[in-house]
Amino acid sequence: MGSATSEASALPATRTPLGDAAETGLKIVVVGGFGVGKTTLVRSVSEIRPLNTEEVMTQAGIGVDDLGGVAAKTTTTVAFDFGRISLNERLVLYLFGAPGQERFWFLWDRLFTGTLGAVVLVDTRRMDDSWYAIDRLEHHGTPFVVAVNRFDEDTAAHSLDEIRQALALPEGVPLIECDARVRTSGKHVLVTLVDHLYHMALAQESAS
Amino acid sequence: MTRKPVDTGAPDRLYTVTGGRSRADDSFDLVTLVVSECEPTAGMQSEHVRILDLCRHPTALVELAAELALPITVVRILLGDLHATGKITARHPRLGQSAAAHPDTTLLQEVLHGLRNL
Repeated sequence: MGSATSEASALPATRTPLGDAAETGLKIVVVGGFGVGKTTLVRSVSEIRPLNTEEVMTQAGIGVDDLGGVAAKTTTTVAFDFGRISLNERLVLYLFGAPGQERFWFLWDRLFTGTLGAVVLVDTRRMDDSWYAIDRLEHHGTPFVVAVNRFDEDTAAHSLDEIRQALALPEGVPLIECDARVRTSGKHVLVTLVDHLYHMALAQESAS
Repeated sequence: MTRKPVDTGAPDRLYTVTGGRSRADDSFDLVTLVVSECEPTAGMQSEHVRILDLCRHPTALVELAAELALPITVVRILLGDLHATGKITARHPRLGQSAAAHPDTTLLQEVLHGLRNL
């Protein structure tokens, strides 16, 4: 257990356990390209310092890495961060920052089944990174909102209309600006997502 | 946050932890809350002891994995052992494993309320 022990010491000295009445865990996923601010967003709203964990997947040819025709099994390790918000005595929400790169989505599919919804975090300087994430979410029928992280005085700003067009976002998908470093802004992103989910559920309930 | 919590360079260690098994009990979701139902006893595997210690209060699988610095799959296997012998109970998420299970408005209202009170 040598390595585990040394790593454990890097975690906060004091854990904050959940209350004993906690009974239902919920999930929201934050997806986006490398460096877009996923962990920053998670940290800004989380009641615990974001923790990091990982999954080791053994996959026979995921179809991304060119193995030159060798049908080898590859082991891929994907790390992800998460934070926690106790919503009330019974409900606890976990926020996962998930790598959006194409080669990680097989993991996303498996790990994040049963999520309430997703936040796609966008950096306008690297909008390409967002397309694949949006495509996968639509394919899965996972509801999502898109939040443009306006950090670094992003003054060369594209308007939200331009971004909606560039991402080919349907009108029904909420698109907002945020500053992932700011708690109230991160909170607003989550409220926007859940409000969107609520209205979708409402429409569905009244239709049935 | 670029820290790597798990020493993946030593898969042997992970096999030792799980007694050579690599198939996990999929009924444990990432956010399944685990609660200890007994105290650790002498002679118990050290990872089992740590899980029972951590789960004196409800603890999600993903938090256990982070605290133990073990991959999710390994923790699922360990939890499966403890669950099979009644040493832990599990509070599974309501939405479950089905992607098609949509949350109802009552639940979402509760979530909204909680978020707005942050």
